[in-house]
This record gives sequence, C-alpha cells and structure tokens, in this order.
Amino acid sequence: MATGHFKQGIAGGRLSPEQYADNFSDLHPPLDHHEALVESDRCYFCYDAPCMNACPTSIDIPLFIRQISTGNPIGSARTIFDQNILGGMCARVCPTETLCEEVCVREVAEGKPVQIGRLQRYATDVAMAENKQFYARAAPTGKTVAVVGAGPAGLAAAHRLARHGHDVTILEARPKAGGLNEYGIAAYKSIDNFAQAEVDYVISIGGIDIQNGKALGRDYQLSDLTRNYDAVFLGMGLGGVNALRADGEDAQGVTNAVEFIAELRQASDLASLPVGRRVVVIGGGMTAIDAAVQSKLLGAEEVTICYRRGQEHMNASEFEQDLAAANGVIIRHWLQPKRVIAEGGKVSGIELEYTAMDGEKLVGTGERLTLTADQVFKAIGQSFVPAALNGSGALLALEAGRIKVDAEGRTSLPNVWAGGDCIYGGDDLTVSAVAQGRDAAESIHRATSNGRA
Amino acid sequence: MADIRNNFVGIKSPNPFWLASAPPTDKAYNVIRAFRAGWGGVVWKTLGEEGPPVVNVNGPRYGAIWGADRRLLGLNNIELITDRDLQTNLREIKQVKMDWPDRAIVVSLMVPCEEHAWKAILPVVEETGADGIELNFGCPHGMSERGMGAAVGQVPEYIEMVVRWCKANTRMPVITKLTPNITDIRKPARAAHAGGTDAVSLINTINSITGVNLDSFAPEPTIDGKGSHGGYCGPAVKPIAMNMVAEIARDPETHGLPISGIGGITTWRDAAEFMALGAGNVQVCTAAMTYGFKIVQEMIAGLENWMDEKGHASLDDIVGRATPNVTDWQYLNLNYVAKAHIDQEACIKCGRCHIACEDTSHQAITSMVDGKRHFEVIEAECVGCNLCVNVCPVENCITMEPLAAGVIDQRTGRPVSPVYANWTTHPNNPMAKVAAE
Repeated sequence: MATGHFKQGIAGGRLSPEQYADNFSDLHPPLDHHEALVESDRCYFCYDAPCMNACPTSIDIPLFIRQISTGNPIGSARTIFDQNILGGMCARVCPTETLCEEVCVREVAEGKPVQIGRLQRYATDVAMAENKQFYARAAPTGKTVAVVGAGPAGLAAAHRLARHGHDVTILEARPKAGGLNEYGIAAYKSIDNFAQAEVDYVISIGGIDIQNGKALGRDYQLSDLTRNYDAVFLGMGLGGVNALRADGEDAQGVTNAVEFIAELRQASDLASLPVGRRVVVIGGGMTAIDAAVQSKLLGAEEVTICYRRGQEHMNASEFEQDLAAANGVIIRHWLQPKRVIAEGGKVSGIELEYTAMDGEKLVGTGERLTLTADQVFKAIGQSFVPAALNGSGALLALEAGRIKVDAEGRTSLPNVWAGGDCIYGGDDLTVSAVAQGRDAAESIHRATSNGRA
Repeated sequence: MADIRNNFVGIKSPNPFWLASAPPTDKAYNVIRAFRAGWGGVVWKTLGEEGPPVVNVNGPRYGAIWGADRRLLGLNNIELITDRDLQTNLREIKQVKMDWPDRAIVVSLMVPCEEHAWKAILPVVEETGADGIELNFGCPHGMSERGMGAAVGQVPEYIEMVVRWCKANTRMPVITKLTPNITDIRKPARAAHAGGTDAVSLINTINSITGVNLDSFAPEPTIDGKGSHGGYCGPAVKPIAMNMVAEIARDPETHGLPISGIGGITTWRDAAEFMALGAGNVQVCTAAMTYGFKIVQEMIAGLENWMDEKGHASLDDIVGRATPNVTDWQYLNLNYVAKAHIDQEACIKCGRCHIACEDTSHQAITSMVDGKRHFEVIEAECVGCNLCVNVCPVENCITMEPLAAGVIDQRTGRPVSPVYANWTTHPNNPMAKVAAE
C-alpha cells in the first residue's frame, strides 16, 4: 500500500503504480478470437431482431454477429460502420444493458444476452487494427460544410458528408477532437488513447479538416459560418454544468464532475491526480457514477453518491450502479444538498436534507444529515449554453433550453442543422449523437444537391 | 431394474454397447481401458493377412465438421486397417479375452477376396478364443483401391461368396459389416443373408470430403497438398444409418436377421432409437473418440433409466418395436391433419419460425399482431409441415397438434375425416386402386 493512502484532504499518490495500472485497465477486456466465436454462436439470427430495433443507429446486429461466426470480422466491421462509423467507441461506451442487450431474446429467455457490445468491439478492433477503410469519397461536389464540434455527432456528420463528396471543416474548441469520447468518459471504458485512434480512422476518408481551439462565439460567429459555407452542422454538446444550489458551493474542493473526468482522461500520470480521502458525489447519472468510481479507483477511502430521488429514478443504468457498488461506492437515495461545510475555505463536509415525494412533487422533509467530506463533485446534469450562438443575426429557436430541430436535424435557420446533446429531444447517448449526425448529413446532402440525391 | 444384458447371435455382453472396429480398439491398451470404463464389448480393429504390416499416412488422418461451439458433428478418416503385426494383435486378443471373459470380443477381418486367404486367417483368430468375427466390407478408402473393404461390399455376389467361405471354415458367429456407399442397402444385406451370415452390422463410413483449404485449394485432411476421400461418421450420419437399419429390418427377405447398429451413436437415446428400429445391439466409435470411454456410463445409466420409466424389462422388449411403424410414403394416412401451435409462454420471440415460414414455406405465422411483436400460427395457411418446430431454438415451444376427426380444417374448410386413406386409393392418383365407395 502506498504511503499516501489515508492522507487527509485532496491529495495524489494514494496508491502504488501497480494499483493505478490495475484499477484503470480495460473495464471489459476484449474478446479473443476463440471467445468471439463461442459468443457469436449464441446469436439466434432473429427475424426483425429486437436488438437491431433497439440500436439508435440501427446496426444490423444479427448480420454482423453471423459474419464473425463465419470468420469474416472485416465484413462484420463494415456492417457496423455502414450504420455507425463510431462503432468502435460505441462498442465500449454504449449502455448495451439498456439498449440492444436488454431486448436480446437470450436475455428474455435465460437472463444472459449475447454480448453484443463486446462482439462489436471485436469486429471493429480487427478492422481498425488493419486500418481497413471501407468507404471512398464520391466525386467532389464543390460544396462546403462547417461542423461545429468534433464530438460523436460532428464526426459522424463529417464522415457521411465527406463520403458524399462534400468538403468538411470541423471547428473544435478543445485542443483535441473526440468530444466526450476524449474528455467525458471514464478512463477504464476506453484505454490506450482509443478516442484519438478512432478520430484518425474516421477522418482518413479525406475531405475533413479539423481545426482545434476554435470556439463558437469566441473565435467566430454562427453568421460567419452561414455566410462562408453551404451548410452548417452544430454539434457542440453541452457547455454548462448545473449548480448545486447549496450554500457554500464555492468552497475549495467543490468540483464539477465533468472536469474531473476530463482531467483524469488527459492525465499522463494517474498518481499526480489528487483526490479526496472522503468524497461525496451529488447526482444520479452516468457522470456521477464515473466520477465516484474513478475517485475510488484513485484511492479515495470513502465515496458516497447522494441522489435526491429513489434508485428507480436514477439515470445511471443498473449495470453502472452495480459497477459502483462493486467498487465500494455507497449510493444513497432521497438526499439533496443544502450546505457545503468548509473550514478555512476548504470543504470539510456537506449537509444534506432528506427528501420525499409529495404527490408528484419532490420535497425536503426538514431532516438533515451531515457527511464528512474533503471533496464534493457536482454531477447534477449539464446544460446547453446558448450564449455562443449570439451574434448569429437571426435567432436560433430553442426548446427547453436546447436547440430545436425537426426529424432531419434542421434548425429554425436555413442551412443550419444540429445534432447530439445540444438538441432538444435526445437521450444524451453517444450512439444517439452518431445517429443524429449521420442523418443530418444525409439531409444536408439532399438539400445541397437540390433534391438530386 | 431393467436388465440390459445383451445376447447378440450367441455373443454375450453385460450391456449392448460395443466399441466399433476403429482406432479405439486397435490394441490391448485401449481395449482394457474401455472394459474398465464399462463397455460391453469391442470389435477389434480390422486385421489383415500375415505379411508386411499395412502402412498409414504420416500426416493428418482425420477431418471434421462442427456445429455451434465447435461441437464435433461429423468426422472422417483415411486411416487403414491395423498397421500392427498380425501376431501381436492375435496375442493381445487372446490375453484380453482371457482376462475379461464376460466381455464380448469380436475380431474384424479384411483379407483379399480369395478363399485361401480367408481359410488362412480364420483358424488363427479362432484360436484366440474371440467370440466372433466381423467381415469388413465397408472401409471406403485405401483398402478398397486394393479390391478389399467397400470394393467387396459394393458387389453383393462377392459378399455372398466370402460369407459362405467364412461360414464353411469357422465355428465362430459371422457378422457382415456393410458399406453405405451403395444405392440400395437391402441388396448387400440379402446377399450376406444368402451366404449364411449370422448378422449384419451397419453402417460403415461414408465417402466424404470434410472441407477444402481455401488457401491451398486442397481437400481436408490434406497430405502434402493432396487429399483423398475419407470415411465419414459421427452424429451427422445417424439419420442415414438409422434408415438403412430400418430398411433391412423391414425387408421381408432379411426380416429377423440380427443387426448390430452403427452410425453416430452418442447417447443412450441414440442407442435406444437404433434398437427400436431393429438393431440387436449398437457399436460406437466417434463419440468415444470425441469424449473418451467414460461416455458409456451415461449410456448404460440412461438406457436403464428409460427402460425402468417405461417398464421395459429387457432389451428384447425394445428391439424392433419401431420397425412395423416404418412404412412407404404411399401408405401414410392422408386424412391425418396436424397444425403447428406456439406456446406463447415458452416463446422467446426470436421470429425464426415466422421468417422460415414466410420466406420459404406457407406464410402461416404472424410476426406482428396489433402492433406488437407476436408469433402465432395462422391455421388457415398452416399445412402442418413442421419446419417451424425444427427451426425453433426452444424445445417444445412449437408443437404439432393433430386435429380431431370432425373438426374443420381451416385451410381446406373441410372436416377432418376419421377414416384412414392413403395415396393408393387417392382420387388424384392415376394408378389408384379402386376406392371402396
């Protein structure tokens, strides 16, 4: 055990180098060739397969699994990429337990679904290891498209547009492309710099120029894009983090979970990453789980997730909740933050209030609880920041604080499409962002081809 | 407790499970291990005539095909008869028989198709104390190119001739092993019967190529870039073997001729099925080569348990019980009507029944009812073909339910007739015998 294990406050070096390496290894190790064959044999090749219908990108899952079982992982990868060019990352981060695997007939029959996610990873890994490129660009159309944000939605849109022969410029505010794949996912879900490898794989089709460090509203305006490009796709995600609305929130040691997750993903030395000895995470979604589990894996002694509603209301899937529990994270329900307690400006605890449902309404019961903590993570949701759209001239219509789009991803402005987490009506999933980017690209292609497509 | 002791043409064994003449019975070491595991008998791997031993290839001898999870379904081989010295084999046979008197030891033989060759080998085998001989007229590879094995088995006149020689020159029971590489299995069986054989055993292996290497474009198993057809066996050949056993069992000319059933027998159930069709006992090879000798314990216990459950006291109660129910198509009751029924509780909604029926059969299974994924038989379209039952991954989820006499068949709109009526009297049959009006 490293000497810093029980160090008070927020500190790094809590574990030995071996423990860090072990804790942050692949969550779901890849299937080897034999395992993939055995698992693929389990697929029944269902008619109108429920798994396929549950996939936001509608990947032909029975077909790709059959291709694995017949010794054609390359063909399998093509089946996947035809629908989802980020199939590699989705294989790693999709909550398959609430999508394809939840409806697998083997789940229904025996409680053991075919491991679709891991099979998808197997096939896409084989193709990407060989850098097998399946798509050639169509003849140049002379049309240009600006894509805001190099996350899953933007990359999927860019790839599909490039295939159709359009020239794409992606403007990305961060130093690296990938969006949440690069900055927003727990480290053990995507190891070995996979997000960047995938970006390279996607853009190697050609015709996609990624410009980093270009933020909308700071470095350029939406009106610049609509003026200079034939079409614009907005896929900038969510820039804001919801506040705790608790007293003392600005104390040292209160951190946004998304920033912690991003920092962890970018860290070259995990031992240098400080984490509290006693950590409290406020929230009930995937971000809360990712922050809590990683705190534990970094060596925090005690990690507690506090969620203001019941277990059944948590956005985090059952699998994610189990993962947290298995890593020693305590999940507490029906608690809302009231006050961050600080000593000398630093967090020393958090006071919470018990909650209950009063009919349809969540109310505080008045009873309070104090937890000792030297670090508090806020993971109570992210929000769209519309300020960046200012200066666009005409106003972009929003709905419930996010961009309003139609079924094809068209916004209220002509020649402007949007997709991913920044639009209203999505489910904040990587795979849905890919579907929206892809479909918006098809819509852009139809529109810019004057209906010839 | 059911009595599964076996008496096959006077050869007694504690159970009806023998190991077939094949690699597992090539030498004392293996046979002793088999007896220790519980096998009732063995047919010792085929002996050839005195002289320089047979030579085998020094590369792969076996090829295979597999099912899900690489479960071996079919095996083929290009191994020849024993490549050990005749005297060594005889010495070992004698010793093992002496040490294991309650087990059956039958010796498989294959010598050139000349009377003196058979006359020479029979006494030396008899001298070992073996219980009987099996004439290998079946091996389809290698030896057949030299006029032995299947080359004899494919010519009924040769079979009859050799059997006659053997019956004339030994007191041991003679079992004639038949090759399936022939169009009508009844012909060689009749010939063996005519020659005086005590029994037939079948099937030997089937000419086969198990695969083609798509890099070298050579058949598998590949010997230095070339391949030769091998003999195919294992679970995949069981249906072929059972049909041939039944054909001989129900042929008026050979009815009652003892049969030792061989071909893909892997479990007690397989064995029971062969015996029900008319086999007096069974021989096993591929299952042992896949899983080892221990499988016989499952076979013994399973057979006993089934017989106890059904009240069958001895093997005589089951042998041939299914033979009378094997008939010609023309005698099947065309007034029998069955419809598929899907147990909605058991259904896992994979939809394979639907797509099989929709794409390849009679469009008689729904996929969607009231906007919900739902698989149900449309009786007005169902011809009762059984395809859905066969493709369903859940056992007993889809069943064929016979319609009672008088019930209206939704497909034809006519009531089901209680009367048995077959093709021979059907009005659509131009050759129909005059129906009794």
